[in-house]
Amino acid sequence: MLQFIVKRFASALLVMFAISVLVFLIFFATPGVDPAARIAGRNADPATLAQVRHSFGLDRPMPIRYLLMMRHLLIDRDLESFVNRGSRVIPQIVQATPVTLSLVIGAALIWMTAGIIMGTAAAALRGRAADPLIMLVGVVGVSLPAYWLGEVVNLITQKQLHSSVFSWVPPPGYVGLDHPGQWALHLLFPWLTLALLYAGIYARLLRGEVVGALNEDYVRTARAKGLSERRILIRHALRCSLIPIVSLFGLDFGALVGGAALLTEVVFGLPGIGKLTFDALQNLDLPVIMGTVLYAAFFVVLANALVDILYARLDPRARHA
Amino acid sequence: MPDQPLLDVRDLRVSFRTRRGSVTVVDGLSFSVAPGEILGVVGESGSGKSVSMLAVLRLLTSPNVTVEGEVRFRGRDLLALPDKDMRAVRGREIAMVFQDPMTALTPVYTVGWQIAEQIRAHEKVSRKEAHARAVGLLSDVGIPDAASRANAYPHEFSGGMRQRAVIAMALSCGPALLIADEPTTALDVTVQAQILDLMRELNTEGSAVVLITHDMGVISQIADRVLVMYGGRAAEEGPRRAVFHGPRHPYTWGLLDSVPRVGGPRLRRLPTIAGMPVAPGDLPEGCAFAPRCRLRHEQCAERPQLRDFAGSAHRDACWLPDDDRAALRLTARAAATDVPDLEREATP
Amino acid sequence: MTARTTPSEVLLRASDVTKHYPLRADGFSRHRRVLRAVDGVSLEVRGGETLGIVGESGCGKSTLGRCLVRLTELTGGRVEFDGQDISTLSTRRLRPVRPGMQLVFQDPQASLNPRRRAGDIVAEPLLVHRYGDAAAVRRRVAELFDVVGLAAAHLDRYPHEFSGGQRQRIGIARALATNPKLIVADEPVSALDVSIQAQVLNLFADLQEEFALTYVFIAHDLGVVRHVSDRIAVMYLGEIVELDETEALYKEPAHPYTQALLSAVPDIDDGADAPRRERIVLTGEVPNPVDKPTGCPFRTRCPYARELCATERPRLTPTASGRHTACHFPLID
Repeated sequence: MLQFIVKRFASALLVMFAISVLVFLIFFATPGVDPAARIAGRNADPATLAQVRHSFGLDRPMPIRYLLMMRHLLIDRDLESFVNRGSRVIPQIVQATPVTLSLVIGAALIWMTAGIIMGTAAAALRGRAADPLIMLVGVVGVSLPAYWLGEVVNLITQKQLHSSVFSWVPPPGYVGLDHPGQWALHLLFPWLTLALLYAGIYARLLRGEVVGALNEDYVRTARAKGLSERRILIRHALRCSLIPIVSLFGLDFGALVGGAALLTEVVFGLPGIGKLTFDALQNLDLPVIMGTVLYAAFFVVLANALVDILYARLDPRARHA
Repeated sequence: MPDQPLLDVRDLRVSFRTRRGSVTVVDGLSFSVAPGEILGVVGESGSGKSVSMLAVLRLLTSPNVTVEGEVRFRGRDLLALPDKDMRAVRGREIAMVFQDPMTALTPVYTVGWQIAEQIRAHEKVSRKEAHARAVGLLSDVGIPDAASRANAYPHEFSGGMRQRAVIAMALSCGPALLIADEPTTALDVTVQAQILDLMRELNTEGSAVVLITHDMGVISQIADRVLVMYGGRAAEEGPRRAVFHGPRHPYTWGLLDSVPRVGGPRLRRLPTIAGMPVAPGDLPEGCAFAPRCRLRHEQCAERPQLRDFAGSAHRDACWLPDDDRAALRLTARAAATDVPDLEREATP
Repeated sequence: MTARTTPSEVLLRASDVTKHYPLRADGFSRHRRVLRAVDGVSLEVRGGETLGIVGESGCGKSTLGRCLVRLTELTGGRVEFDGQDISTLSTRRLRPVRPGMQLVFQDPQASLNPRRRAGDIVAEPLLVHRYGDAAAVRRRVAELFDVVGLAAAHLDRYPHEFSGGQRQRIGIARALATNPKLIVADEPVSALDVSIQAQVLNLFADLQEEFALTYVFIAHDLGVVRHVSDRIAVMYLGEIVELDETEALYKEPAHPYTQALLSAVPDIDDGADAPRRERIVLTGEVPNPVDKPTGCPFRTRCPYARELCATERPRLTPTASGRHTACHFPLID
């Protein structure tokens, strides 16, 4: 176990180092990007620019510049945005993290529950009318673009029907966990929107896995044992089908926490990591981009490690391998 | 009634609906199993031996299958039983063991858990008690250190040990009948010998056994009675000695003669059965074996029924004259040894 | 099979062949774990004979077969084919030797490309080894189809349109295409129904007679091996424990493992008064080839094992009566 953790940690460091170098190089290789010009403000004279360059270390060679930035970001934790002077990167990320986590964890709970129920039901009802119907619902969910769906949801709940059915829906935005009721209410529609995008894929995948499992020899053995169809479906077929689903879930979850829920966050005005990254990209704000990218990489690697541990919990065959 | 069979199958018919129409896999099969006996069912692929046994336990779940006929077990017709009652029969009164021990157990649960699951499905016992019984069963089938092995997962068992575990599970509720479908085919000979011993042992403890196999040697070692199947029908049936010492159906001759043996004279060429096993769907109107039979004649266009020979329990479905089958067998064998085989002609 | 052409000179000679597969180290232990699939095998195959190799799953018989035709690199030892050491030849220098030795696989389904027609599959080795122009190749393929008992109409069909027995015939035709001297057949009939198995075994016998072929026939079925082989090597845990003339080996096995193996085969009792062998049921299971026992590999399950067996590895040597067995205390002196 210890060895596993050490190995994972080392590979995480390596991945994050590689990504940070890549981001750094891409940034400075992009034409028209001069951080000094941004920091100094519009129409700054060359002397000011040179001074800014010097004070930010921008006149040093690239490797030194990289190391300086990393030192400020990770060790001194005082790296500042190039665009909004005085706002530090780390606190921004710390502030945005709970928003994104709230959004993604809630949505994940909904989509996993819905996906498992839909997928298992479709597999159990295969060959009957309900099966293709459930799968159709899944496809619809998958094919809706997040921003469009989000906008439509907003349109309905905030404008069209806000005066009648959806009068209880609060305006877009985020309320912290210290008001749990408001927190949940504010996140309800973002959760549903994000979950709808994933539930369909998961239902579809799970259905395939369960249908395959139902044709396995061990299911025939389970039937010969005299178990009920319900028990065979849930304890045997579904249990074994969850193994591949979990690895996919880990990847999706890691990516979403890392900022891939960007569109949902933007549409619903949630100040999460996705939104932060989005704004930083628009302003070409290297320190913030660097911070969020490293944060995202960290979560993806972490999610992968968690998946591996969970995988071993679910599949005894993977434990000793 | 002491003579009443434990399992009595009458005119069993299994057909699959396919794109090309209905295909009959088991075609009017009748047989019975007496309490405590070992019935060996032998035949090549496509003979319907496995499908018929799956049909008996109603384990053919595909919606494209039709099963007709009568399966009387202890007087009840299993085919007419409500699902819930059928579940109570499966695993408790009739248990089944399948060919491949590597895939027969659910990979994510311990072996002991899976045995306990079956016990708890049929009897009101505590989790702890069921587990203790599972350990006892594992030890009974010869798994050393059963108490700790019960907590191991299937992949931590070797093939032979897994088959033992599967048999232990099958025996967990003391079934009156055990159906074993090629239980030793995936195993090495030395392990096969151990498993066959185990089946003999449990048979002496009172369970009747239906052993499905393609291996005439295995049948010859263990069965009390033999049922030879071809093309979804019974070709020959009778006590083991009668069938092996005086086989009556040309297909049985072929099965016995074409196996290279570990003893006896070595032949340069083996007597073969011409052509290929009949495919379900290509069953002829008359005798299913006629197209491959070297002694076929006009009468074979009509379907032969199982008939007993001189009032004995030895029955066969063949139109050849009853009395000089031994001589006919020699003729057929001579013909089978040196003609080129007909596989080429048998395929269009 | 009686009265064959007298076995002439040695066609294939394996000397102390080993094939070890290193396993991934598990991090903590420093020493590398090694799976000893084939562990010091020496044998000779004479021209025109059939050498059977028999053993249970995992005994290394298939790996040995691959070593013999150098489909896999040896870890140690050498293999001479037709007087030439093929174990160290470069791929380029091996090319002209390849047509002389061919392999027939167990699973005809898996060894035939499902997207190619049967005729093209058989033609492939001819094209690879530049047999001749298109017309000559076509003629040769038609001839091969006839030899193995397939019809000309089968040339354009795909593997899935054939039965198992027919697919194995395609595999045999492909092996025959380059006029080999040696065919190594790895479990060629174990996937077939008994009636089809007999047909394919007869085909092997006919082809051997017609083309003076030499076979190495690998199988787990003791009846099948006895039927086809002039001599038989019995393998256990990567080693040959006994190698002898078929009849002698089956009548009076000299190695306790051979004895146990033979006694475990359920023979058909057909009323002919064949003497029943005494059943010897081996206890336990074959040890893991990663942790082979010291000394004799069979000693952990051998009913006759003594102290010496744990310390010294027995060599395959002739006994006083001329039997070849790797046992300190052979059943036949």
